[in-house]
Amino acid sequence: MIPYQFIWLIFLLPFFSFLIIAFFIRPFVKQESRIAGYTLIAALSISLALSVWTLASVMTAPNHELPVPVINWVVIEGGVTLHLGLLVDALTAVMLVVVTFVSLMIQIYSQGYMRGDPGYHRYYAWMSLFTMSMLGLIVAGNLVFMFVFWELVGLCSYLLIGFWFHKPSAANAAKKAFIVTRVGDFGFLVGILILYMNTGTFDIAELHELAITGVLAGSVLTWGAIGIFAGAVGKSAQFPLHTWLPDAMEGPTPVSALIHSATMVSAGVFLVARMFPLFENSPAALTTVAVIGGVTAIFAASMGLVANDIKRVLAYSTISQLGYMMLGLGTGGVAIGIFHLFNHAFFKALLFLGAGSVNHATGTFDMRLMGGLRRMMPWTYATFVIASLSIAGIWPLSGFWSKDEIVISALAQPVLFVLAMITVFMTAFYMFRAVFMTFGGEYRGGGPEAHDSHPHESPNVMVVPMVALAVLAVFSGLWNVTGHFGALLGHGETHGFFAGLFHPFTQVLPWLSLILAGLGILLAYAIYDKKWVSAERLGRLFRPLYSLFLHKYWLDELYENVIVKTVLLRGLFGSFERFDSRGVDGVVNGVASSAIYGGRALRRMQTGQLQLYGLFMGIGILAIIFAIFFFG
Amino acid sequence: MNLTLFIPELTLTVFAILVILLDLFVRQKRVLAQVSISGLVIAGVITIAMWGNSFPAIFNNMLAVDNFALFFKLIFLAVAFLVILASVDYTSRFARFQGEYYALVLLSTLGMMLMAGAADLITLYISLELTSISLYALVGFLKDGKSTEASLKYLLLGAISSAVLLYGMALIFGFTGKTQLGEIAMVIQTMPAQTLLASPALILGMVLLIAGFGFKIAAVPFQMWVPDVYEGAPTPITAYLSVASKAAGFAIILRVFFSAFGQPEWLSLNWGMIFAVLAAIGMTLGNIMAIPQTNIKRLLGYSSIAQAGYLLIGLAAMGFSAGADTAGRSGILFFLASYVFTNMGVFIAIIAISTKLNSDQIEDYAGMGKRTPLVALALTLGLISLIGMPPAAGFMAKFYIFSAAVQHNLLWLVIIAVINSVISAYYYLRVVKVMWLGKPASEEKISQSGTLKLALVLASLGILLLGILPGYVMRLAEFAANMRLY
Repeated sequence: MIPYQFIWLIFLLPFFSFLIIAFFIRPFVKQESRIAGYTLIAALSISLALSVWTLASVMTAPNHELPVPVINWVVIEGGVTLHLGLLVDALTAVMLVVVTFVSLMIQIYSQGYMRGDPGYHRYYAWMSLFTMSMLGLIVAGNLVFMFVFWELVGLCSYLLIGFWFHKPSAANAAKKAFIVTRVGDFGFLVGILILYMNTGTFDIAELHELAITGVLAGSVLTWGAIGIFAGAVGKSAQFPLHTWLPDAMEGPTPVSALIHSATMVSAGVFLVARMFPLFENSPAALTTVAVIGGVTAIFAASMGLVANDIKRVLAYSTISQLGYMMLGLGTGGVAIGIFHLFNHAFFKALLFLGAGSVNHATGTFDMRLMGGLRRMMPWTYATFVIASLSIAGIWPLSGFWSKDEIVISALAQPVLFVLAMITVFMTAFYMFRAVFMTFGGEYRGGGPEAHDSHPHESPNVMVVPMVALAVLAVFSGLWNVTGHFGALLGHGETHGFFAGLFHPFTQVLPWLSLILAGLGILLAYAIYDKKWVSAERLGRLFRPLYSLFLHKYWLDELYENVIVKTVLLRGLFGSFERFDSRGVDGVVNGVASSAIYGGRALRRMQTGQLQLYGLFMGIGILAIIFAIFFFG
Repeated sequence: MNLTLFIPELTLTVFAILVILLDLFVRQKRVLAQVSISGLVIAGVITIAMWGNSFPAIFNNMLAVDNFALFFKLIFLAVAFLVILASVDYTSRFARFQGEYYALVLLSTLGMMLMAGAADLITLYISLELTSISLYALVGFLKDGKSTEASLKYLLLGAISSAVLLYGMALIFGFTGKTQLGEIAMVIQTMPAQTLLASPALILGMVLLIAGFGFKIAAVPFQMWVPDVYEGAPTPITAYLSVASKAAGFAIILRVFFSAFGQPEWLSLNWGMIFAVLAAIGMTLGNIMAIPQTNIKRLLGYSSIAQAGYLLIGLAAMGFSAGADTAGRSGILFFLASYVFTNMGVFIAIIAISTKLNSDQIEDYAGMGKRTPLVALALTLGLISLIGMPPAAGFMAKFYIFSAAVQHNLLWLVIIAVINSVISAYYYLRVVKVMWLGKPASEEKISQSGTLKLALVLASLGILLLGILPGYVMRLAEFAANMRLY
């Protein structure tokens, strides 16, 4: 059994690494030194070891839960009480292992990828903080504590997406990510407050208890749960708040890898899983989760069909897979949703690292400029194909097992089931479209900043983490072949390994999804490798659909031009601004010189500005009196 | 009469006069700042020594010396301390009257300290005027067009609000025949409910008091002066106004409404509702108007209107709890404590940058992250705290006040407040973005004086301390919120 102090260390170690890098290494150590990276790698290695130990302890612990003494953070008699408590159960332990492992692989890879970048130290400082925040979110035992880390994750992602801030697109993407996810956070906070108002507690375990015993029920529970889900929708880039994630590609590729696999986006799925007893007891909230998940899965996959930027394809696939996880949570429960998160973390991190490796060699992310990299980058190619097969759900790779479970549980909702099956086909198609465009055919010259005309495999420091992740992309799914993963997280029976391994072939559904995935791969092969069918002709044939997908359903335009610019800025803010006459002055004469100001000051006095202010005070008083005597 | 309880105020008076006298003899005007600061420190130490006791009110129950008053006195002294630290370099741009500047800061602090203890409408009015008149003069200290305009506007509108306030006091006095808050409460509570309900004078007087105090705390619709005055005033005075003056306003509102109008329950619910509506309008209007601003001082003016809105939530919670618990009151106290550090941090950083650039335009802040990283970092921290994000103090403050409101069924108000925090992130972050991501106009580094750095570090430490380890100050606030009723 792991001593509880060590569990604290799991998330404190990356924090120490942040402090060391920010306050000692960055000011005092030379740019060329790679010590910052090694600091974080060392911290994460220990964290990973401790996480594995935690997992082992949880597996043997009664109820799969470890008791951790709470620390009083804020205690006010008769008032607010907040504990710094940790909640360490199977869910926590699995997530800890996933996050520390994937983050560790990405940090090792980054030692190669970020080498020589002028922001090298800054990169590792923010990465430390990012990992720390995610780990803190996972172990948090009360909602306020969790919300603090939740916000920190958002803040770090802002800093990391905008890492190359000299690129205006990066700065804008960072801001977009921050603002859009905050819309969801608003729901989260309201959800927390609704629950607090009705229960008087922020403690997660207590809330579970209240929901299970039925004390917390009815509309309070539903709205509380939906509020929390809103937070998850923002962070996990679910429809309709998904627009930030494809743009978040502007950060360094390892950052994307981390955001898309183990941290940030998976936080939303984790949150729903963490609060699952609340959802479970509110059918309306649970259905919302399932529907949003199912819709997001197919919606994002459709946009992935036409994207030409390899990272965007992966981004849409992430959104789509997160939709699967939500669907799994909504129809099947914690074990099914989290099992997909577990497998997805490995193969998605691998796909991004592969994209980064390809970019390292060709200087571009545009797949139309790649091609033929199969022979030039054999390791990248092999690992990328493994990950693609896994995400497409091909037996016996990890993706097959978790996707299979989700599809089976979705049967309960026939519409969602059909959507999920179509998504299986789409996923296989767009992933292999990416594979054939990138690695098949002849090399098409790379980007304008390509290092040379003949790309090379990336250095070992980048290849080794990819291979390690590839091993997991193959085997991680086997954990639940025996049903042990499900049993650990609360439901399902266990059975023998070989019986489980071949069990899918005795069923109809797995066959169906395998055939659909195979068809998707075949179609991609026909169009993009053999070119039996011309992609342009197909595009013309399905013109309306094609442009709908390509323009992302015009949602960005809807949000930015219609809602933000027209309705809010011009309509609402504009009318307020006109009301505030000085505000108009300020904008029109933005940079009026002080000489003009002096003159205008007098004029303004005479035109009655001051009287106007006085008048408003008078009107205000009258309005209050009026309101009191009519409503009071 | 027990004059020993009046020593902090006396100290400040003595030092204010001392500064004016010294100004005649001393060439090195820095000395004046040092003298003022030592006065503040001495007054502060004595105030701290008085903490925790239960003293009777002095001067015939006109001035309370309870922990509530002491808490606010410490806030005012701390703000004045930071303002003077931040003024040392700034005042060198005044050709004359440096001595008067420091003396006026001390005198207005004195006025605020009296406001915090005022337990009688008479003391309340006199101390409020002492504060205001010093501030009118301070706002016009730059003597340029904008500053003079600001001062005149502040003076005229302030006079109107004083008149409104006096009218309200007159109505209350006419209705109850008393000026002492505890006695007013007694008269109201012994009156039969029908008499109370049948007479609009009490409600009318209350509304006029709210209007008069609303001017001080920049609550909508009494906020019109804020952007103009903030923009025109010398920046340290803007900081002083935005923090200390607002805190003083809240101190008297809390005391008057809690002591005099806390019972019966329907009365308390009534003014609680007024404050709730004012809070909703205030934060929404403040945040929306802040969005198009290009001048950082105006932006913070609107931001301070919005922050007053958040604080009013605490007053609403106090009204709705009808004296049942202290959460609303202590929420305001904690919010103010965190607001002191946050807004002072922000303004000191602005003083540091704007004085060197000679511009308050946000666009000119481009590249400050490179040119003066420490200041930019402190400003970022302050803005994050204003948004209300962890780990800064602002998060805990909002959390505390919101949970107090939620406990008294004000969820609708909290939802409006949370939406507002999302909106506010937009314009606060714009400043952050310009500083760190904008292209600097020149590569030249901007250096800062030691006193400014000290003030900045103190404020930043305060923000972090209250954000990460809020328990201690929360307990102090909780303790101070148990006002004595006289």
